[in-house]
Amino acid sequence: MSEPLVFTFDVDGENFTSAGEASVEVKKRLRQLGLPPDIIRRVSIAMYEGEINMVIHANGGRATVTVFDDHIEIVLEDRGPGIADIALAMREGYSTAPDNIRNLGFGAGMGLPNMKRYTDTMKIDSTVGVGTTVTMTVNI
Amino acid sequence: MIAYRHSVKLNESKCNGCSTCLKRCPAEAIRIRDGHAFIMAERCIDCGECIRVCPNKAKKAVFDPIDEIPFHQKYTIALPPPSLYGQFDHLDEIDSVLQGLLDLGFDDVFEVSAAAELHSEYTRQYMKRENIPKPVISSACPVVTRLISLRYPYLCDHVMPMLPPMEMAARLARRRALERNPHLRHDDVFVVFISPCTAKVSYIKNGDAEHRSAVDLVVSMGDIYFRLIDVMKRDVSAVDLSRTGKIGLSWASVGGEATAVFNDRYLAADGIENVHKVLEEIDNAVFPDIDFVELNACPGGCVGGTMTVANPFVAKARLRTLRHYLPVTRNSAADGEGRVTIPDHFLTETLTYQPVSTLSDDRAEAMRLMGEIQSLQAELPGIDCGGCGAPSCYAFAADVIAGCARPDECVELLRRSARQPEKTEEQK
Repeated sequence: MSEPLVFTFDVDGENFTSAGEASVEVKKRLRQLGLPPDIIRRVSIAMYEGEINMVIHANGGRATVTVFDDHIEIVLEDRGPGIADIALAMREGYSTAPDNIRNLGFGAGMGLPNMKRYTDTMKIDSTVGVGTTVTMTVNI
Repeated sequence: MIAYRHSVKLNESKCNGCSTCLKRCPAEAIRIRDGHAFIMAERCIDCGECIRVCPNKAKKAVFDPIDEIPFHQKYTIALPPPSLYGQFDHLDEIDSVLQGLLDLGFDDVFEVSAAAELHSEYTRQYMKRENIPKPVISSACPVVTRLISLRYPYLCDHVMPMLPPMEMAARLARRRALERNPHLRHDDVFVVFISPCTAKVSYIKNGDAEHRSAVDLVVSMGDIYFRLIDVMKRDVSAVDLSRTGKIGLSWASVGGEATAVFNDRYLAADGIENVHKVLEEIDNAVFPDIDFVELNACPGGCVGGTMTVANPFVAKARLRTLRHYLPVTRNSAADGEGRVTIPDHFLTETLTYQPVSTLSDDRAEAMRLMGEIQSLQAELPGIDCGGCGAPSCYAFAADVIAGCARPDECVELLRRSARQPEKTEEQK
């Protein structure tokens, strides 16, 4: 039983061009750990989507990735507006992204569905006006 | 396994250990040791960025000297790539360059641009295949294929499994020579590539995973350039050598290969940093509807190689003038009925993933090591100053844990601890 490894990242909400940097960094670390390519890919895609969401909707936040012996946990916390209807937000194609973000090619309403698709478990805790915490796991 | 042969070397007497290359190396493959830059061979991708940025001109490209071409002993064939044509001012005819190569002593010339036009046709054919992972990534730039094989396991099968035009040209040139000169044996033919970049030198010296390169010697474009300008003639009306069309010539700069796929859903990027960013985006699966991706490690494409002479943007402008009155293409791979079949010998195996950065083959051990790296990193100043000889505090911590550096080599920590006693004195 190894000591779990923890990586934490501040996701900068002011700077849209740097969105996605934390998932690149995580990918690099997981590669160094010699994890199987498909696991790395699932973690990095789920994390990338979550990171973009935090930048678009919540002015950034904090990402914590913990590597356990048998699974990887990704926790994304923000102090954004919160999600009023989680079931609706989970629907493919549903998006509240503003037009300028859509023009950049984001906001297709696939972020949360993709995060769920690429992970083994996903839990969303959200309070309107307080913030959102998304916890995902990928089994190794 | 035979060690990978690189094509960037250091002139130690010129290197003052300034750390410019250290910070700019996209592969984090450089360390400063004993006052000089040291390249970690297993990580180097031969992009030539360190040659480009070195203020002391201490980094040099490695290639074969022109004097090693066996002009009189063998049937020598020059393979000029289209980027060569962009090196000359006021060039009206490509034939001036080709005749110049013959005048230098080559028995034959075979243009890489001619092979590139066939390559484009094969690519269009390949793109019609079903069940190929999209986007298809070009295999023409050896830096890109090496980078993908070291870092992007999931993208390996996106790389088009086809030989680059240079390699196709070498094979076609040899076959043509043997057909035209029945008295020649295979070993009598000697193929020389005129390289614009370090990466193609490495590709030729190392070959593909399963292929030996068909090129026998690789010389520098800069070296050939200075020999050529002495012998080149303006009036070449009597010769008819070039078989380059617009498509073949366009391969010399970024976008040329991609536009020749005849599919608007393409992306073409140049410069190693940009290449990295595009690969990360494809790897994250959030990618626009793109079918074909052309990536060039050098700024501007092959004209931006470190072994060229001309400014890449000037070269590109010259090529634009040169291509003006050329037909779209002058090479065809189609048979009588217009069918194109990609010959098996131009196809390669799928690129294989060869990770280099793994801390240990045993995951528990790798996790323990990374834990140690992280706790050491937490003590470091985090300013990535490069003073220790590693490109970042994280890289330094990893070097220390791997036993290749000592913790007291951190200049900033040393500086802080030197100040410490004075402070306590004041506090008293």
